[in-house]
Amino acid sequence: MKTQKKWDNLATDTAERMAAASQFIGNGKRVEPKDIVGLLEAVIRPGDRVNIEGNNQKQADFLAECLLKVDKSKIHDLHMVQSAVPLAAHLDLFEQGIAKKLDFAFGGPQAGRVAKFIKEGKLELGAIHTYLELFARYFLDLTPKVSLICAFEADREGNLYTGFNTEDTPVIVEATKFRQGIVIAQVNKIVDKLPRVDIPAGWVDAVVESPRPFFVEPLFTRDPALVTNNQILLGMLCLKGIYAEYGVQRINHGIGFLTSAIELMLPTYGEELGLKGKVCTHMILNPHPTMIPAIEEGWVDTIHCFGGELGMEKYVAARPDVFFVGPDGTLRSNRAYAQTAGHYALDMFIGGTLQIDPYGNSSTATANRVAGFGGAPNMGCDPKGRRHVTQSWLKCGQELPSMPEQIGTMPRGKRLVVQGIETFGEGRDPAFVEELDAWQLAKNAGLDLPPVMIYGDDVTHIVTEEGIAYLSRCKDMETRMAAIRAVAGFTPVGINAKPEETRRLRDAKIVMTPEDLGVDRDRATRDMLAAKNIRDLVTWSGGLYEPPARFRNW
Amino acid sequence: MALNTLEFECKCAAPAASVDKPLHFGVVGSGDLEVLMSPAKAGGKVTVKVVTPVTGFDVLWQRVLAAFVENAKLGDVAIEINDNNATPAVVTLRLRQALAEAAA
Repeated sequence: MKTQKKWDNLATDTAERMAAASQFIGNGKRVEPKDIVGLLEAVIRPGDRVNIEGNNQKQADFLAECLLKVDKSKIHDLHMVQSAVPLAAHLDLFEQGIAKKLDFAFGGPQAGRVAKFIKEGKLELGAIHTYLELFARYFLDLTPKVSLICAFEADREGNLYTGFNTEDTPVIVEATKFRQGIVIAQVNKIVDKLPRVDIPAGWVDAVVESPRPFFVEPLFTRDPALVTNNQILLGMLCLKGIYAEYGVQRINHGIGFLTSAIELMLPTYGEELGLKGKVCTHMILNPHPTMIPAIEEGWVDTIHCFGGELGMEKYVAARPDVFFVGPDGTLRSNRAYAQTAGHYALDMFIGGTLQIDPYGNSSTATANRVAGFGGAPNMGCDPKGRRHVTQSWLKCGQELPSMPEQIGTMPRGKRLVVQGIETFGEGRDPAFVEELDAWQLAKNAGLDLPPVMIYGDDVTHIVTEEGIAYLSRCKDMETRMAAIRAVAGFTPVGINAKPEETRRLRDAKIVMTPEDLGVDRDRATRDMLAAKNIRDLVTWSGGLYEPPARFRNW
Repeated sequence: MALNTLEFECKCAAPAASVDKPLHFGVVGSGDLEVLMSPAKAGGKVTVKVVTPVTGFDVLWQRVLAAFVENAKLGDVAIEINDNNATPAVVTLRLRQALAEAAA
């Protein structure tokens, strides 16, 4: 006799929880702020996998604070699966025993507490991921049971508008809801009619109008007034020695000042080098204010964004030929798609780091902070699944003397992965070190591996004020290490460089100094910048860019 | 802010350049420095006085200054540096710029 097997346990479980929560949920799935703690106690069970939406930009901060207020005897040992833990509340959950395990991608300001809590046994670390890697696991072995998400507006039925800052919301909601989980949204405002529907009401279980707008950090705004001469020099080296050399069109720029300097030099030095239309035509990028001059000068065909950037809303909406703007006229960012493009379709990733070891491994990890790397490793690597050809990708692959050792006579391309860094950082900490602090962190926090942002075999170019090391042209580890030493200046790694060896590398164009490249150091001044301060950016934008107050000094 | 004074002497293999009048370059902003250079009869050597708020970088200063003097083939110059935590890259840049100013 065949017994009837039950196939809807997940949905039944959710229905039971929602029945217990029904007392708090009114018309249009609406919940009053005062009832949120009760709602969370009804729908969350000990040991659940829970997601609190938030990366390094928008934050479901009200829901995070409410989760902190639940009765610990009812809710404890949660497994948090979420992009980032930048809010104090995210770590307070572990302090209080409400949460136990963490799988994440980025620590931000709480990175020190993550390390400390791991050591004290308050936090069990699953793994540090890249964003895309974590999103992938939402659909495999880390699906959230309950997700606490964040939107600008909801309508009276519970449809959501996430708009400019859509970011991670679609991927979280889809993973949660289609495994019969529970989605609770905090919104800034409940309105009669949304500009557009980003998340349909049917995928949302409860909506609360937050007592205050969600926190969002203008993380990608760099004031041109703070760009230094050395960053300008590095930028000139990159433009002439890499952008022009390879004709790189599809690019992601990291968060640092070097790439801001490059963006501000496209209409000046880039124009002088004749690069308009030949480089930076397609970009995966948040709406960086420092891109405004290049966009206005017609350099850019397409930009897709991971997230928004405070103050750029009107400017982006007014440039729909460049950005991904909906029928309602506002941007829809999407971190999952931007990271997918970042992984598969970019020809180059360029960004900064804190430390590089003698082999070219690069990390921003410090001894006492489990910070993670967000999306950088996902773009700062050679995507082995890539099959389409672009000229710069092919050229970089053709240069690689070690390719025949791996695939014989078969031709293949390679992603350019560029690390730009001054030889010494703040406080005269050397950027080139014999051993990455990541090793000490692994020891301190009991990690299986030292957290490496970009592995040496993925890095193709290192740029310092001493010049460019073309690691893509190195035939073996010995040559690679010599090339790294040659651009490492007066650091403990750089002082081992031998002048005759460096001479040979320069002759072979494996190392190029500013002089070799014909970059005049004396021209590396702020006169090179198309905009010299935030006000200039506002002017370039025709008044459409509205910088947050902290960046206004006029 | 307690300041420390470091003194160095550098001599390059074949001094060929000097300055013909006192000059001043840069400002003591955070992470930056000012450079004063003046002609000096020092038997081909370059004397350097560094005033800095940080300690523990004597060897680094020596290396950066010696490399600058060697590359610029500088001799018979007295250099004074008022430093505010500049990195070696900034130190070298400002020294080069100061010298470029002198040549202009």
